[in-house]
Order: sequence, then structure tokens, then C-alpha cells
Amino acid sequence: MMIIVVSLFVLLMLVAAVAALIFKDLMSAVIAACMVSLIASILFYFLQAPDVAMAEASIGAALITAVFIVAIRRTERFEE
Amino acid sequence: MSGTIIFIYLAFIGAGIFLCLLRMLKGPTASDRAVAVDTITTTVVALLVFLGFVFKRYVYLDVALVYSLLAFVGLVAIARFLEKGI
Amino acid sequence: MNGFGTIITGIGVLFLFLGNLGVLRLPDVYNRIQAGTKCTTLGAFLAILGIGILEPSWFWKACLIALFVMATNPISSHAIARASNKIGVPLCHKTVVDQTKDFKKDRKT
Repeated sequence: MMIIVVSLFVLLMLVAAVAALIFKDLMSAVIAACMVSLIASILFYFLQAPDVAMAEASIGAALITAVFIVAIRRTERFEE
Repeated sequence: MSGTIIFIYLAFIGAGIFLCLLRMLKGPTASDRAVAVDTITTTVVALLVFLGFVFKRYVYLDVALVYSLLAFVGLVAIARFLEKGI
Repeated sequence: MNGFGTIITGIGVLFLFLGNLGVLRLPDVYNRIQAGTKCTTLGAFLAILGIGILEPSWFWKACLIALFVMATNPISSHAIARASNKIGVPLCHKTVVDQTKDFKKDRKT
């Protein structure tokens, strides 16, 4: 029963990761990467590792997004 | 709460996250994608508390607390960037 | 008490699903913000409160999480709506009135 839900979340994470690769707007790619780390946090939670899930949520959802946004602001937003 | 009800609730929340992911793939502008991430964040906080109930661990509530605060910081950073423009 | 908590949690999960459906189905950024914030905030509040009723020793921490959700969710949605209004994301073609248009014209001149 639980394996079906876990498989669904793995599928969602794969779709979001492929979307982060193929977006041309880098802002959208950053948002997709934020979503990948959100769903990875849920997967760690299912595997009964709450400390890893907490680290993944704090680093992946907040810190990496802010660092990437600062990097995009210094360079340019759309890739060719 | 029996196992069937737990499975039905988990399936509803998973289907909702899937619908939001479709909006993030389709969304014409970056604002649509930010809205999709905002909605998924709130859904995931409820899902974490619910899974903490399913696994019967009190510690798991802390993760939801940290999550709801830090995802907010990321979203406000995205919104500030969108407001300033390129 | 057990059945009451289950029903409250079920109503919350239903609201969460409807909010996510609204994010997919509605035609405009602002409509999507409205569906994805109001509906989902109520859904998360009811679901977390139902879990707090089901496990009475978790009640105060669940109330704290619900308070955080109710405090942070409107702020982030307001920031996104303000940003998308300022960069000029187009409205839906069925929109009747846009009161921020005069406002923006005054600011430019």
C-alpha cells in the first residue's frame, strides 16, 4: 500500500527534474529545482529519516533558491 | 482511523500534488510556476503532519515546523526577484 | 472523539485537493493565486487541527504549526501577486474591471 504512494512521489520528482533541465527560462528552472528538493524531502520522510529531511528542506528549498537567484541577477535570465 | 481511510487521504493529497506539477509544467509565465510551488508547499506541510500521525512519531512535527518557515523564505526571495525584473 | 477528528481531517484533505485542482483549472494568474492560497490555507488548517484532535498530546504543537501556516501563507501570496501585477502579467479576457490600471498610469507620468 505504501509502496504505491512512494512510487508516485518518485515519478513526480523525476518529472520535475527533467523539467528543470529543459526550461529555457532560468527562473523557471530554479523554481523546478526547488520543487525537486521539496519532493526529495518527502521521500526522506517516507524512509523514516526526519533529520535528513529537515536538512534537505532547509538547504534545498530556501538556501539554494536564494543563492541561484543572486547568481541569476548578476548574469542573465534567458539562455539561448 | 483505519488503513483504508489513510490510503484514501494519501491518494487525494498525492493527486493534488500531481495536478500542481502539471500547472508548473504548463504555466506560461514564471509567476504561474511560483504559485504552483506555493500551493505545493502548503499541501506538503499538511502531508508531513499527516505522515507523522501515520508513523506515530512526535519528532516528525518539527520537520513540518522548519519546513513551513523556510519555504516561505525561498518564496519571498523568488517574488522579490520577479518584482525587480531582469 | 476519534470519528470527529477523522471527519475534520477529511474535510481538510478535500479542501486541499480542490485548491490544487483550482490551480490547474483557473484561467489567470490572479485567480490561481486566490484558489491556491485561500482554499489551501483552510485545508491545511483543518487537516492539522484534525490530527491534533486525533492525538490529544500533540494538540498544542499542531496549533503552532497551523498558526505558522496561517501567518506565512498570505504574505507569500501577496508578494507574488504584487510582483506579477508590477511586471504586467496579462489578465484574463473575461475581466470586467481593473482598478490598478489608473494607478499605474498616474505613477508613470
